[in-house]
Amino acid sequence: MSMVEAKQGGLLDSVRSSSWQSRIAVAVVAVLVVVLLFQAAQDPAQFVSQLLVGITNGAIIALIALGYTLVYGIVELINFAHGDNFMLGSFVGLTVLSGTFLGLGFFAPIGGDSGAALQIVGVVFALVAAMAICGLINVGIERIAYKPLRNAPRLAVLITAIGMSFILQNIGLVWKGASQIPFPSLIPDGNALGAFTDALVYRWKDLFIILVTIPLLLALSYFVQRTKQGKAMRAVAQDKEAAAMMGINVDRTIAVTFLLGGILAGAAGVMFGLFNGTTVFNVGFRQGLFAFTAAVLGGIGNLTGAVVGGILIGVIGAMSDQYVGVRWTEIMIFTVLILVLVFRPQGLLGDRSSVQGGGGERT
Amino acid sequence: MALLEVQDIHSYYGHIHALRGVSLTVEKGEVVTLIGSNGAGKTTTLRSIHGVLTPREGRIVFDGEEIQNVPPHDMIERGIAQSPEGRKIFSRMTVLENLEMGAYHRNDGVGIQQDMDRVFDLFPRLRERTKQEAGTMSGGEQQMLAIGRALMSRPKLLLLDEPSMGLAPVLVERIFQVIREINEQGTTILLVEQNANVALEIASRGYVLETGRVVNAAPAALLRQDPKVREAYLGEV
Ligand SMILES: Nc1ncnc2c1ncn2[C@@H]1O[C@H](COP(=O)(O)OP(=O)(O)OP(=O)(O)O)[C@@H](O)[C@H]1O
Ligand SMILES: [Mg+2]
Repeated sequence: MSMVEAKQGGLLDSVRSSSWQSRIAVAVVAVLVVVLLFQAAQDPAQFVSQLLVGITNGAIIALIALGYTLVYGIVELINFAHGDNFMLGSFVGLTVLSGTFLGLGFFAPIGGDSGAALQIVGVVFALVAAMAICGLINVGIERIAYKPLRNAPRLAVLITAIGMSFILQNIGLVWKGASQIPFPSLIPDGNALGAFTDALVYRWKDLFIILVTIPLLLALSYFVQRTKQGKAMRAVAQDKEAAAMMGINVDRTIAVTFLLGGILAGAAGVMFGLFNGTTVFNVGFRQGLFAFTAAVLGGIGNLTGAVVGGILIGVIGAMSDQYVGVRWTEIMIFTVLILVLVFRPQGLLGDRSSVQGGGGERT
Repeated sequence: MALLEVQDIHSYYGHIHALRGVSLTVEKGEVVTLIGSNGAGKTTTLRSIHGVLTPREGRIVFDGEEIQNVPPHDMIERGIAQSPEGRKIFSRMTVLENLEMGAYHRNDGVGIQQDMDRVFDLFPRLRERTKQEAGTMSGGEQQMLAIGRALMSRPKLLLLDEPSMGLAPVLVERIFQVIREINEQGTTILLVEQNANVALEIASRGYVLETGRVVNAAPAALLRQDPKVREAYLGEV
């Protein structure tokens, strides 16, 4: 009884002491939630389907966002080239599936009419190749463009990152041309839930994305939390000089972080291509921007934040597509971003110093 | 042969010539102290020894090998550990994780556990707080953690940069008592201190640093008598 009273008092107090801006924000969110619930009540199946689509889109965004946030956490740099590395990942996947490289045919193209076993091998091979190559590209970028500038003014590194982004984009343009390139449709478009219900739609494609994303996230989390190299990453993020004194090779640890980010971008690139059906040389800009937004929304430097931010943006996008209109989607996403940042400048899960679990000054 | 021999090193921050020819030696088993006023170059000397800063000139010989070009992350293998200025603990890791980081390069689980117990014996406070996030501890507790973390590598040479900084007098006494214990257990110590009074009490020898140069080097007892030192660093007129 008294506990309940205390709780209510606490709630009332917090309302009383809240600023008028935050009251408006809470009111806006409440209205939106009510509107959505109203829609959900009208056609629950459609709502749930749309929610699942949002989560799927969000998973791809989250994988890319992790690359931004990992790198930011350790060197406080926005790696603008990351989105374009993702694009190259989709190109690598495309090349692997085509069986042809540098004009040499290695095997027949793997497409929708290949045997099931061959399709699976093709997808796995494309994923692995893209992960490896994008990982190495990211390490190369760090080595060539960022490492020499580690003690340079922030602005110099920022411009370098933007420059790197353009370079990768143009490599993509030279490699595959300017038009949309179709991806072989290896993942069936049909409803995975078709055997159970017709009302709910969850395509095999969506399932594929989730089934690849979850193990990747678990592996990443295990790596960062449990392994020696992961601990070294956290230590370097918090204090490079102290980490070096512990015997941690700081340069190598930073390289490993870029490698991880690149691996995730490569996987996301292939998954995006298979899911979306096409890719194009500048797809990294748009997807990269959404992913970067997700990372900031979740709290840049925070790994869980990147996933939460990614899923949130995916879901907001899907809801907006369905209930507001596709043309409004980007406006909705960035409005949410701005609203969140006004009230929580550090992002949803970020802290002030924003390093993945880490304060401490930079060196 | 001396455990550590610093020969005429010059270190720079960009164009700032911070060390202008520093030489010093530390024999095995000794406590040697480095005193001097703010900005004299004490921290810079420790950072140069540790490889965080590479001296542009001069040699540093440790345990018979030249180390002036060895990167800092290889120093711990060679036997040098430091409790640095500003403590530099990993503030978002727990106390236990911080201590584990101190033994990062080791793989002997049993030995690590022994050393952890030793640290806990020296600083019982840390044992009570193994699960606490290090950044939320008090300044004194963080200082204990920084020293404990450095001990976790079982160093031959322990560099201590102002271990008494910002501590209450009781704690200062306790920290110095622990430093003496560590030394008695066999660790050689190079101690940087503002608190010259106490430092000269536990050290066998001392070096006085002024604007990047060693201006006096003598047994600690003699330095305590030296009128100049008394006036400048022991707060006597
Ligand atoms: N990161 C840096 N960049 C530029 N100059 C520096 C840097 N660190 C130290 N210095 C300069 O080098 C000189 C020596 O500094 P150092 O930190 O070694 O002094 P100190 O003897 O440890 O002083 P304190 O007792 O205040 O800790 C000072 O003049 C200082 O201004
Ligand atoms: Mg100092």
